[in-house]
Amino acid sequence: MNKVLMKGNEACAEAAIRAGCKSYFGYPITPQNEITAYMSKALPKIDGGVFVQAESEIGAIHMVYGCAGSGVRCMTSSSSPGISLKSEGISYLAGADLPCVIVNVQRGGPGLGTIQPSQADYFQATKAIGHGDLKIPTLAPNSVQEMVDMTVKAFEIAEKYRTPVIILADGLLGQMMEPVSFGEIENNAAQYPYGAYGHGNKRERNIINSLYLDPLKLEEKINERFERYAKIAETEAAAEYDKDATIVVAAYGSTARVARSAVDKARAEGINAGLFRPQTLWPFPVKQLKEATGNAKAVLVSEMSMGQMVDDVKMALEFKLPVEFYGRQGGFVPNPDEILKKIKEISNN
Amino acid sequence: MPSFKRPNALIDMPTHYCPGCTHGIIHRLVAEVIDEMGIEGDTVGICPVGCSVLEYVYFSCDMMQASHGRSPAVATGIKRANPDKFVFTYQGDGDLAAIGTAETVHAAARGENITVIFVNNAIYGMTGGQMAPTTLPGQFTQTTPYGRDTVREGHPIRVSEMLSTLDGVAYAERTMTVDPKSIANTKKAIRKAFEIQKAKKGFSIVEVLSTCPTNWGLTPLKALDWLKENMLPHYPLGVYADKGGNE
Ligand SMILES: Cc1ncc(C[n+]2csc(CCOP(=O)(O)OP(=O)(O)O)c2C)c(N)n1
Ligand code: SF4
Repeated sequence: MNKVLMKGNEACAEAAIRAGCKSYFGYPITPQNEITAYMSKALPKIDGGVFVQAESEIGAIHMVYGCAGSGVRCMTSSSSPGISLKSEGISYLAGADLPCVIVNVQRGGPGLGTIQPSQADYFQATKAIGHGDLKIPTLAPNSVQEMVDMTVKAFEIAEKYRTPVIILADGLLGQMMEPVSFGEIENNAAQYPYGAYGHGNKRERNIINSLYLDPLKLEEKINERFERYAKIAETEAAAEYDKDATIVVAAYGSTARVARSAVDKARAEGINAGLFRPQTLWPFPVKQLKEATGNAKAVLVSEMSMGQMVDDVKMALEFKLPVEFYGRQGGFVPNPDEILKKIKEISNN
Repeated sequence: MPSFKRPNALIDMPTHYCPGCTHGIIHRLVAEVIDEMGIEGDTVGICPVGCSVLEYVYFSCDMMQASHGRSPAVATGIKRANPDKFVFTYQGDGDLAAIGTAETVHAAARGENITVIFVNNAIYGMTGGQMAPTTLPGQFTQTTPYGRDTVREGHPIRVSEMLSTLDGVAYAERTMTVDPKSIANTKKAIRKAFEIQKAKKGFSIVEVLSTCPTNWGLTPLKALDWLKENMLPHYPLGVYADKGGNE
């Protein structure tokens, strides 16, 4: 298969287009600008392609709501402060059961923080992306190739379960160039039958709505949605991991690449370390983590944050194993030697 | 042409509006225009957050409910992906001119080919009568209990005038619905706005001065008088933008 050298952001945009996403709504913010720029160049050349630079991230996400609500596959992308603004629309999208893909190329916060990479939006993505009882499937790529594969997967999950899906990348992945293959991405986009695009006097009217004034109806709707979430948790949770390690390093995204080097170095020095890399953050791959830690005496979580994945790891392990943390903030990526040092400390305990 | 039967674009059911509220008349006028143009099957309406939040229940075309103020962005998403369909929003003054100002101004500036029905009743109806961006100087509301003081609370926004300065706006007219003549005029304006959309000329808006007897604390008839005496001088009726040519 032919490989091309591309930035993570551009690869994500190209993959979306190949998967049949012809509508994109965005607002500039570093470090995801390459997605918006790529779409602005490519989409106007495609029959029926739609690119709009919105007035804000609030505008962009509600354009997505309208577009998805009219039954048309679409996406938006942003970075941390912009995702905060999208949170209103994400809640409405979830409340109206509309599929779409939202890419967050994370940068550091809180506030304006930094344009450097970060993983400090884990809680936001997995626990508090918008008001109300809702979950958003969250995919965590760790390479430019996975920016491609997970973009395709994200549309598949979104449409199968009628839910927004988040791709939680980071500034490093967005900016990094790697050889990537687009393989045989299938364009299977079709207008959703439940969309509000004009009934043409041929069917009942379609209504896109998240308002349920009758408590019974709202409760029923939420229960139905949570049955879908349960199916997602059962079938879509994914992770890559080593088996039989004594010390398991848990890391996702860019940090997982560094953790891989640290684990390999530890092994070369005779320490039985292994890597656990969640590819979905919600649903968190609980079964996979249990399997990866079958022989473990401790887990080390590493992130570009103050340790937002730690709670999920502890809960998945039912608090049965000691869980340590090593992280960097401010735009720093942990380096392999720092993680190796921590592995050795745990190993010597 | 007066018609006394219910328009097909409206479903036969009682509405939840207070007695004497002009929201109901405006719904009917939009529905009559949809009927007369024969576009029910090709139309998507967007309802706001405000007293008309349940509008999707009443219209028989495809409908979408949008979050507070975001209808013009939602309409943009629908229309760009379905350029041959008719898309209208229906928004109150809080929805359109406070929380949704950015979405409104930019949809207008982009010349989105949509029609906005703007119901200006100088107050927040649904939440119990607070100050709106269109509340008149001196007007009493729940949050201007001493009367709107323009030094403290600023000045009301004249939306049609403001939007008419934007090149993307193809049609902007302010009307009212206080008597048969003004109701007929409002319908003409709505028809014109939809025709502008049909001709793909750009953004069209009809601002309808409307009553809120409940929160104004007036009977329906007194509310109509209050509108004429107080709102008309501040919000003159008329066409503020028309790039439709004559037809
Ligand atoms: C984000 C958000 N903020 C506030 C509200 C509460 N709210 C509901 S309707 C409304 C004002 C509606 O007033 P207007 O747009 O003038 O419409 P009217 O009810 O007068 O028709 C407000 C503030 C909300 N639903 N959502
Ligand atoms: S509160 Fe006012 S705007 Fe709302 S339905 Fe009643 S009269 Fe109409």
